[in-house]
Amino acid sequence: MVTSIPTVAPRGTTWWRKLPVVHQLRQSVGLQRGMLVTGLVITGFFIVVALFAAVIAPYGFNELRNAEGLFGSQQPPSAQHLLGTTAGGYDVLSRVIWGTQTAFEVIIVALLLSFFVGVFLGLVSGYIGGWLDRVLIVIADAVYAFPSLLLAIVAAIVISGGQSSLWGGVFAAAISITAVFIPQYFRVIRAETIRIKAEPYVESAKVIGASNGRIMFRHVLRNATRTLPLIVTLNSSEAILTLAGLGFLGFGIEPTSAAEWGYDLNKSVSDVTSGIWWTSVFPGLAIVLVVLGVTLVGESLNDLADPRLRTRRKADVAPSTTAESSVVPDGSLDEVAHIDELET
Amino acid sequence: MSTAVPPTIVPPSADPVRRRRARPGSTLWRYLVVRFFLIFPTVFILVTMVFFLMRITGDPLTVALGGKLPPDQLAERIHAAGYDRPITVQYLEFLGQVFTGNFGKSITDGQSISTLLISHGTATLELAFYALIVAFIVGIPLGMVAAYFRDRWPDAVLRVFAILAYATPVFFAGLLLKLVFSVWLKVLPVAGRASTRTEINLHSLHHSTGIYLIDAFQTGDPANVADVLSHAVLPGLALGLLTAGIFLRLVRTNVIGTLSRDYVDAARSRGVNEFRLVRKHALKPALIPIITVIGLQIAVLLGGAVLTETTFEWKGLGFELAYYLSKRDFVAVQGIVALLAVIVALTNFIVDIVAALIDPRVRY
Amino acid sequence: MSDVVEIRELEVTFATDGGDVVAVDKVSLSVTAGEVLAIVGESGSGKTVTAKAILGLLPETAVTRGAIVLNGTDIVGLTGARLRAIRGVDVAMVFQEPSLALNPVYTVGWQIAEGLRAHGTSTRREARARAIDMLGRVGIPEPEKRVDYYPHQFSGGQKQRVVIAMALVLDPELIVADEPTTALDVTVQAEILDLLRRCRDEFGTAIILITHNMGIVADLADRVAVMYQGTIVEDGAAVDLFARAQHPYTQKLLAAVPRLGAGAARAVARAKERSATSSAPVVSAHDLRIEYPGRIGVKPFVAVDGVSFTISPGEVLGLVGESGSGKTTIGRAIGGLTRITGGSLEVFGHEMLGVKERSFRPARNQIGFVFQDPASSFNPLLTIAECVAEPLIVHGRAADPRAARPRVNDLLEAVQLPRAYGDRFPHELSGGQRQRASLARSLALEPSLLIADEPTSALDVSVQARVLELFAELQKEFGFAALFISHDLAVVDMLADRIAVMYQGKLVEEGTGAQVLGNPRDPYTQRLLASLPVPDPAEQAVRRERLRSLREADHP
Repeated sequence: MVTSIPTVAPRGTTWWRKLPVVHQLRQSVGLQRGMLVTGLVITGFFIVVALFAAVIAPYGFNELRNAEGLFGSQQPPSAQHLLGTTAGGYDVLSRVIWGTQTAFEVIIVALLLSFFVGVFLGLVSGYIGGWLDRVLIVIADAVYAFPSLLLAIVAAIVISGGQSSLWGGVFAAAISITAVFIPQYFRVIRAETIRIKAEPYVESAKVIGASNGRIMFRHVLRNATRTLPLIVTLNSSEAILTLAGLGFLGFGIEPTSAAEWGYDLNKSVSDVTSGIWWTSVFPGLAIVLVVLGVTLVGESLNDLADPRLRTRRKADVAPSTTAESSVVPDGSLDEVAHIDELET
Repeated sequence: MSTAVPPTIVPPSADPVRRRRARPGSTLWRYLVVRFFLIFPTVFILVTMVFFLMRITGDPLTVALGGKLPPDQLAERIHAAGYDRPITVQYLEFLGQVFTGNFGKSITDGQSISTLLISHGTATLELAFYALIVAFIVGIPLGMVAAYFRDRWPDAVLRVFAILAYATPVFFAGLLLKLVFSVWLKVLPVAGRASTRTEINLHSLHHSTGIYLIDAFQTGDPANVADVLSHAVLPGLALGLLTAGIFLRLVRTNVIGTLSRDYVDAARSRGVNEFRLVRKHALKPALIPIITVIGLQIAVLLGGAVLTETTFEWKGLGFELAYYLSKRDFVAVQGIVALLAVIVALTNFIVDIVAALIDPRVRY
Repeated sequence: MSDVVEIRELEVTFATDGGDVVAVDKVSLSVTAGEVLAIVGESGSGKTVTAKAILGLLPETAVTRGAIVLNGTDIVGLTGARLRAIRGVDVAMVFQEPSLALNPVYTVGWQIAEGLRAHGTSTRREARARAIDMLGRVGIPEPEKRVDYYPHQFSGGQKQRVVIAMALVLDPELIVADEPTTALDVTVQAEILDLLRRCRDEFGTAIILITHNMGIVADLADRVAVMYQGTIVEDGAAVDLFARAQHPYTQKLLAAVPRLGAGAARAVARAKERSATSSAPVVSAHDLRIEYPGRIGVKPFVAVDGVSFTISPGEVLGLVGESGSGKTTIGRAIGGLTRITGGSLEVFGHEMLGVKERSFRPARNQIGFVFQDPASSFNPLLTIAECVAEPLIVHGRAADPRAARPRVNDLLEAVQLPRAYGDRFPHELSGGQRQRASLARSLALEPSLLIADEPTSALDVSVQARVLELFAELQKEFGFAALFISHDLAVVDMLADRIAVMYQGKLVEEGTGAQVLGNPRDPYTQRLLASLPVPDPAEQAVRRERLRSLREADHP
């Protein structure tokens, strides 16, 4: 970013209240707040698990034995192995915990990569326009319409040479997912850029005689990226699902280099037929919960950003006998008055 | 899709004088023609991308058979297959294949890829059809219900359901359904499109369509129909619920959006009841963006089909794709991906046309 | 007297992020049958909220108290079917923006019939016949055919007629019209006001007219209620109110309305001062033509067609026209925002036909630009001081916002804004304050030419008056030439030395204010002038007659 960011909110409010998620949390009421809080709690829990995987997990992700010998394969849940062991003889609980770490590593790398490339291309393409824009948008549209999982597979083949992983599984998976996301960021930023380009404040910069570079970076870029926290959250959940899909089809990360939920699910397909449920249910639940948490956060942010979707608190009805809420028949469910909101 | 959006979404600044001057219907035809020709660049770009990306890893024969054959034999086969010619020549040849629909033979098992595309394409089509039925029946009405009850408890329940449907990977949903209904309750078959006996019956048909449900009706034996349907339930649900979740969110958001428009208030001010406001006044204008986005979900559906088919051993394009990918048979992979690209481009075209037809601003 | 509606002690409270806001505070009103009551006020006065409360259309965040009695039923607290039974039958609504009040995917006939259907009074065939009848009565030609048209096939004025037909179809005793002509051009506005008058006279409908425009009040209202910050400050017969306004706010409001002919004397005085120095014009257009390219297969749209004019140094040219007349396009072309496609346009000696941005850039420090919408003409992420400093930094007069601050402070003082406002963000200023900051920014480089594109059309009347006054003062002080673009003849008259009238891309008339307003030669100018309602019921009645005879002369 080019300019100094005016993070300090004017007059009275403390700076942290303006931070993306914190700001929305304070804005939200009722059900929407419930969704946002639930999402934040779930996501927070998994982030903690990912950070402290080494402390929490009873065994390593590729450990097959301890001092007492081999774990044995397909052991049902027991005191030794709380969630049982896999067909390959790994401890399910440990794999699930370490898998959290892998998932977050991949998301972060993938989002960072696609973010920078996509934002830059979108900005340039949208601002400059012309044939470059037309070519890029046709390509991005084509790629966007194509099943993202297949695209990730093709990318995975190219990156890892279709054979052994060259750069380490995490990077290969992350870059495959990046290939899917660049067009998305590109499209969003380009659309925003085109919208903002027609705003009077950009035109006024043009009338003043500001150079294209100055307009692009001082006036367009920061305004175009305001919706990004939202897209980033929604994309993270998609990234986890894509990673799991890749793993499930055998294009993921080898069990010896990291734990990956999709891979474990792939190996459990045949277990299910014979009634062995613990090898599939727990990694599957982990995926569902992480995606649920992140999506809840993303959806809430989305609602709060859109004035049409945002619920507002009802006016406080002073206790009077006639004070029936006249407009809502039975809308008292989210009619909770939040005292902390009144102080702003 | 900026290129594929009906012309009405162009900012309304378009001058009224100019709009009135256009003859009725002329806009629609122009749009149809322009939109039709946009299919070609889409397919072309995807096919080109896939071709060159695959070739970065080397020629298909080396990738598939390297290490399995002695080097001199491999070189001989590479020469025979023409993989030692310049890449541009091979590329043009590949484009010709896509155009004529003749993709040659797979490397690993020498099957004709075109035959494979037809026989397995119908299976995927059938699965997608079941899934779409589930998605439409579940997603659209529930989306309207959620919008009607917005921010009250039925809405909350439906939204959590929608997010769960989206958050559950299809293969995990598939495994769970299998575990419960096939393994524990033993009421539905574990995998496949039909039991062996039924499949023999179906294949002995004279005019086999490849779509099992139609074929089963052709045999006239209710047992065949029941068998085919019982095999379709779990895969259809697994893939359908994912799509239903997406549809539900889509309908809810867009209907809530149109519910805040002045024209809904105008109808309300004349005494139209709330349910009719949702069902008539808000839904139809909301359908235009909904249908456009549904078109984009075809991609999600096809991606999901790959995973569903693998989970349920449903012998469709996705199942074959996963198989050939694991064998590193990129000639077969190229063919399947090219067909998927064509399907995606065609469905998007159809969807955009439907959206344009719903919108009177394009029609007149 | 039979009251159609009686509002007693109405109180509406909204929940907002900043706490609860009382939008309407103890308002009491009544309307008798066949009467037009105008509720007048500026933005935030609570007039629209009052209107919506009468139909029970307020959002869920609002809490209503008091009583609204319609035909003996108090609708405050009514819900569900009982509220619906009243809507449309006892009271109907006409909305501000006709293109938003009509559902784009249903035919107008279906939408008119929808009201009948909701009250279950007629069969499909009857409903259709009623819709056709209604369309004919509100003045839609060929109603049998047009009943099957979709909204986008009607012009703006016709759409508003359809909306009125929708309101009338159930024969309500009261119509609430919320700014029914604000989105329309002034010539169309006169027609819609005529139609509303007919609603009262022919259908006997009582009307509550919500408006901010004193001219419209004078034209249509029998009685007036003036609202200010949620309360009614004055209430009385229209004739009395315009003649003897009691409350200071009403007096101020009436004084702020720009009146035709006020600028003529000033323009003469200014012309005398200027004639001493005659030099090359800052802008000269000759046969100027601007086309917007159409999509494939569509003919390009001609926005400006063969227009010639000049602006001399220090002269204010007022450019007047309705929407789509091409006036804004001309302003943008002079500012180098729109390419011209034919003829010649010279700005400070630069020929704009085929000009390169690079060669025009040096001339930009001589041009200031004020945009229409004060809400969006500032980068929302920069402070006011940073925004005002932009031109100084771009043209190398200051290294950074900090270095530019002393000059920025001077500029803010020149537009009568406190220095401290420089540290605020644009959204923390009111519309009028932002527009003054916008003036400060455009004057930062002391330009010789200022282009103001409808700078006051988004502002309330009283705020507009202050901004216009400020503009005149600054113009006197800095002596810049200006192109002042507006749809409002009265506003242009206040400031301009000369007035040019645009119609459908062509310049139909040009001259001094006295010439154009006193003795217009072009029929369009005559009609435009006659359509403009003036804030005086007696005079307006005379003008209305003149407009009618003009129209009859046009269509014998």
